[in-house]
Amino acid sequence: MKLLLGNEAVARGLYEAGCRVVSSYPGTPSTEVTEFAAKYDEIASEWAPNEKVAMEVAYGASVAGARAFCAMKHVGLNVAADPLFTASYTGVNAGMVILVADDPGMHSSQNEQDSRHYAMASKIMMLEPSDSAECLDYAKRAFDLSEKFDTPVILRVTTRVAHSRSVAELTERVDNGLKEYVKNPQKYVMMPANAKGKHVVVEQRILDQIAYCEKEAVADGLNKVEFNSKKIGIISSGITYEYAKEALGENASYLKLGCVYPLPVELIKNFAAECEKVYVIEELDDFIETHCRKNGIEVIGKEAFTLQGEYSQSMIAKVILGEEKEFLSTDVNIVPRPPVLCAGCPHRGLFYSLKQLGVTVTGDIGCYTLGALAPLGSIDTVLCMGASVSSLHGRNLADPSNAKKSVAVIGDSTFMHSGITGLVNIAYNATDSVVIILDNSITGMTGHQHNPTTGYNIKGEPALAVDLEALAKAVGINNVIVVDPYNLAETKNGIKQALEADGPAVVISRRPCALLKSVKHNPPLKVNPDKCKSCKMCMKIGCPAISMKDGKAHIDFTQCLGCNVCSQLCKFDAIE
Amino acid sequence: MIVGVGGQGTLLASRILGSALLDCGYDVKVSEVHGMSQRGGSVVTYVRSGEKVASPIIEKGEADIILAFEQLEAARWLSFLKPDGKIIVNTQTIDPMPVVIGSTEYPEGIIDAVKASGADVQAIDALSLAVEAGTAKAVNVVLIGAMAKSMPLDKEVWIKALTESVPPKFLELNLKAFELGYNI
Repeated sequence: MKLLLGNEAVARGLYEAGCRVVSSYPGTPSTEVTEFAAKYDEIASEWAPNEKVAMEVAYGASVAGARAFCAMKHVGLNVAADPLFTASYTGVNAGMVILVADDPGMHSSQNEQDSRHYAMASKIMMLEPSDSAECLDYAKRAFDLSEKFDTPVILRVTTRVAHSRSVAELTERVDNGLKEYVKNPQKYVMMPANAKGKHVVVEQRILDQIAYCEKEAVADGLNKVEFNSKKIGIISSGITYEYAKEALGENASYLKLGCVYPLPVELIKNFAAECEKVYVIEELDDFIETHCRKNGIEVIGKEAFTLQGEYSQSMIAKVILGEEKEFLSTDVNIVPRPPVLCAGCPHRGLFYSLKQLGVTVTGDIGCYTLGALAPLGSIDTVLCMGASVSSLHGRNLADPSNAKKSVAVIGDSTFMHSGITGLVNIAYNATDSVVIILDNSITGMTGHQHNPTTGYNIKGEPALAVDLEALAKAVGINNVIVVDPYNLAETKNGIKQALEADGPAVVISRRPCALLKSVKHNPPLKVNPDKCKSCKMCMKIGCPAISMKDGKAHIDFTQCLGCNVCSQLCKFDAIE
Repeated sequence: MIVGVGGQGTLLASRILGSALLDCGYDVKVSEVHGMSQRGGSVVTYVRSGEKVASPIIEKGEADIILAFEQLEAARWLSFLKPDGKIIVNTQTIDPMPVVIGSTEYPEGIIDAVKASGADVQAIDALSLAVEAGTAKAVNVVLIGAMAKSMPLDKEVWIKALTESVPPKFLELNLKAFELGYNI
């Protein structure tokens, strides 16, 4: 028995189920599954450039006869949706399991989309564990169900399940070897003639799965009925089951759905018939509720509970029991503490330079997204991975004069993910766009993973690295300028040069992430109070290590990494 | 609840606490928020234990103990304390960005305000004690020591959990930090 992170438990489940191939792209709250999987020698693990590639890798391995897996966050499933929908038609050879991590409450995401819709739209079975023990158990079941029903299976977690630690039991790995690959174009080659026949198979499969969910899944413990007081019946899954149990205990009966797609009908009808008042408690959309209503089952759902954000036991207690807890308070002004670029972050100098140039900035997803916040305030749009590059081209098409005063900003990992195709578009369809690649040698925001530009693989072993300068030239862009973002003058001039050049340009802002262990720092800087004129120029870069104390600038020695960007702003040489 | 600023070492504290509780035979759930909140943002960990734990999160008025690594965070999360619960506060202050850029001031008199709310408060200068033990980075272990004193688990259980969680070459320093916090 061990306390395992939900994501760690999933990785353990993969291991015990004999999984041999894992390919993923980082994304909070899914990242740790692949990091833990990579610790097992028996599993070939990798960071792929993006989730579409990752899912196709897992698919290829499955067809070749190896149990395979890929993990991603909810928006990552958007990227991998193409292989997802058609893998549903072909089915698998060895089991193929896909983990998607939703983020109700948007702790670390740009939206809170509900991935259960993908299960229904792609007609792929989806399991939803409630704690780490189930993460481990359902990961193993997922492979068995994948092979039983000849379908990929999706394992859905949410932030609280993925990032909570709870007790789970470890057992041994069982690896039954590779399944034989048999050539079968009617199964695997999805041209229309074959696909038509496969759709029939898919619809029958769903009926077979529903039958499984009604009876066998209950005997198996995947769907659970628990009768206590029958005044209140709760239909739920995943973490909301735990919140409901916490709030209501034995004052309610529970139908816990471990499989959220497809959903059974008779099981739910019979449960609802036994209870006086039935609630469907689900975070985000009315997925289960809609299924109930469609089948004539009377339930209370989104009329009582919100479509937005996370749930909790106190929310459920308030709605159902009308109960609220007492709590203490003060009238202290609770100042918000937003996340910021770390002291010494190379992105800081880059964004300050952009601010000085007064350009419009199409931004992207990563640590550098924080460049949008005060006082740097230098990003205009952030949509999704790679959008900075492609939307800049769109901006410059709308009005060609934009090209002299607009730039795109994208990180090295994001660029590999989906910036390259946007760059090809800029060259091929000819706008004078300026794309700035922030090369800090790591995938930072998700906790420091390697990517195809860093020169190392997931295990930290040396790997081939993409040459960004050569890539730009190969795309047809010859204006390639490399700057050091720790050098403000060089950075500002480099960007200016790129904007003034004829044709598209790529600026590479190159300096490793300040938190990397391999980076050597200078000693912390100090403000000389005799020279400091309190002009606050050094504060304009928003470094968390610099504040005003007793009317003079002050540098926190426990945070300062000696990057010297602030000293370049001081006209009085007060920073030493 | 263990609350603080990203980078202060709150995760280690929750590991040790979780490990100690598990050792005593309780069911345990620990909830962390990874990702953006690490970048100098507010970090919260919930630790729940009992015979069987359902929800992994703690809500307003539910925490028996809050271990706050920083003053403003203590004020931010105070409402999560049971009215008869205990809050242990490290007196260290870390300016949030709105204060750093000068658009607002760091609130004064936080410890007094928290005491005035009726909470049982223990304020500790963990940074000085950590430096005394050997390094400013041991602030989290000092605070774990203080928390251990306020909980009904045997001291040996804590020492064992600490020993299993820190690198051997730093064990002596960490044990000293723990004792300093425990013996306040």
